[in-house]
Amino acid sequence: MTRPATRPAERTSSRTPSRGARTLLVRALPAAGPGHAARTHAWFTPWLLVAPALVFLLAFNLWPTANVVFLAFTNVRVLSGGELVGLENFERMLTDEQLATALVNSIVYMLVCVPFLLLVPLGLAVLVEKKLPGIAFFRTAFYTPVVASAVVVALIWGWLLDDRGVINAMALRLGFVTEAIPFLTDRWLVIFSAISLTIWKGLGYYMVIYLSALGGVPRELHEAAAVDGAGALRRFWSVTVPGVRNTMLLVSVMITVSALRVFAELYVLTDGTGGVGGADVSVVMLIQMYARGFSGNLGYASALSLLLFVVTLAPLLLIARINRGRG
Amino acid sequence: MGARVVTARTGARGFSTPSPREVVLRYLLLVVALFVTVGPFLWQLSTSLKGAGEDVYTSTPSFVPSEPTLDNYARAFEAVPILGFAGNSLVVAGIVVVGNIVGATLAGYALARLRFRGARLVLGAILFTMLLPGEATIVAQYLTIRQLGLADTLLGVALPGAVGMLNVLLMRTAFVAVPKELDEAAIVDGANAWQRLWHVGVPNVLGMLAVVAIFAFIGAWDDFLWPLIVLTTPEKFTLTVGLEYLSGTFTNNPRVVAAGTMIAFVPIVVFFAALQRYFFRGVDEGAIKG
Repeated sequence: MTRPATRPAERTSSRTPSRGARTLLVRALPAAGPGHAARTHAWFTPWLLVAPALVFLLAFNLWPTANVVFLAFTNVRVLSGGELVGLENFERMLTDEQLATALVNSIVYMLVCVPFLLLVPLGLAVLVEKKLPGIAFFRTAFYTPVVASAVVVALIWGWLLDDRGVINAMALRLGFVTEAIPFLTDRWLVIFSAISLTIWKGLGYYMVIYLSALGGVPRELHEAAAVDGAGALRRFWSVTVPGVRNTMLLVSVMITVSALRVFAELYVLTDGTGGVGGADVSVVMLIQMYARGFSGNLGYASALSLLLFVVTLAPLLLIARINRGRG
Repeated sequence: MGARVVTARTGARGFSTPSPREVVLRYLLLVVALFVTVGPFLWQLSTSLKGAGEDVYTSTPSFVPSEPTLDNYARAFEAVPILGFAGNSLVVAGIVVVGNIVGATLAGYALARLRFRGARLVLGAILFTMLLPGEATIVAQYLTIRQLGLADTLLGVALPGAVGMLNVLLMRTAFVAVPKELDEAAIVDGANAWQRLWHVGVPNVLGMLAVVAIFAFIGAWDDFLWPLIVLTTPEKFTLTVGLEYLSGTFTNNPRVVAAGTMIAFVPIVVFFAALQRYFFRGVDEGAIKG
């Protein structure tokens, strides 16, 4: 690295002993070099450092984004190419019954996931916050479903929920039901099965986010509430919940977005078919279905991708707005 | 008055050393939660160890295998090249971990510590990508990979995630938190930007670097949708895609599928358990948010 413009200034400054003098000299550095920018480095150094990330930003983030917008107006196929078709893909979306089904599924998904994942992980976080002996083991154990692949989780639950799996066996034996509950073959039960695995897999994830936030709730508030005779449950509602209100807002947006992006759970539970009559699909599953294979309809898959982008953007913009208001 | 004081004292004690009743209640709840979160994994492990002679469909299922055997693992190895799948996953995860450590550290440092024209633009573009769900660009991503001639290759699977923009932001946050005085002292001592990055920056962000590496590895190991789209040749499948393939061929033998899921699950859980203290240390310090 040769940076002749900065060398002299840096050399002179190395003689200065006191901290005050150092700061002064550092402030004086820009003036020492020619030009106007702070010369603690050559102009190209930051760009060299940023270069790898910049290449990936352009090639695998910004370019695909622009390209997907363009592709949505074409009928491009994987091998044969295609041409501009105007709004055809979007018109098709309006009459696509499977897409309507997927959107209904997404809304159900969201409505069930949000309350569960908003509250249960907070309870878990309160439980593992106190450093009792062995707590590291429990924290790690509760986080295990997060670390496992959604495919692994779906295969495990697929076996638990099987017609002849352990849950049905128990239900039959205890006389709750007279025949196996069709968890994996009924149109709505499949969705609820997938929802329960998403919730199960998400518990530890949101627990950790809450755990991080709980550190910011002033201990004095808890102590004051305890002095005033508030029980554990009362303190949870009156001190803990208000204390992590902002985090809860963030978490609810995260749950909403992830519910809209669900894929592997439904794909594995229905073995890639989308269940009976293809009614157990999500938007992402449709994107994958249309994009796959050499005859994949990338144009329509791109239009669906734009739709996904728009529906997930709404909750994200909401949180960004709230964050800005908070400063 | 005296009673009041006593309440206050027990109240305060409740926070440093909880009452025995509270401790018991807490452990009770912890064990219930443990049963819910870890139980299904143990059930799968038990199924994978049950021999062909043991009825897995019985109405009185037993948790402990009557005659534990590793046969199902052997059958999973025979049915599909599962070690090959694991190797493929390892290659992809390796590329992603190295790429993210290097790419995110370099860019994160420049964006946090060096002033340059265009820095705000780069940061803004990175923040913009945070709004995009990965699934929304997957179609165009696939086209790019095809045009690069990387369709149906492991490099094609690894490349798009090799420098994650979220990781650049995380590393930038970590570098911003390093006291400015350290940098200023190094400048005074004549260190150039690279030396400051290596000797002042990196040693102070090892915690975040560990978190980035752990999650890059887990993310790559667990990913399903992207390798499913990119890969078509079974020999090149990663573990998740191969596992789906295995379950498709062995729908009638839950023992073998269970063995396959354990082969995919155990390495990642050992990996995480070994490194969890770095992760939870960050959580306790409030470093991990959203």
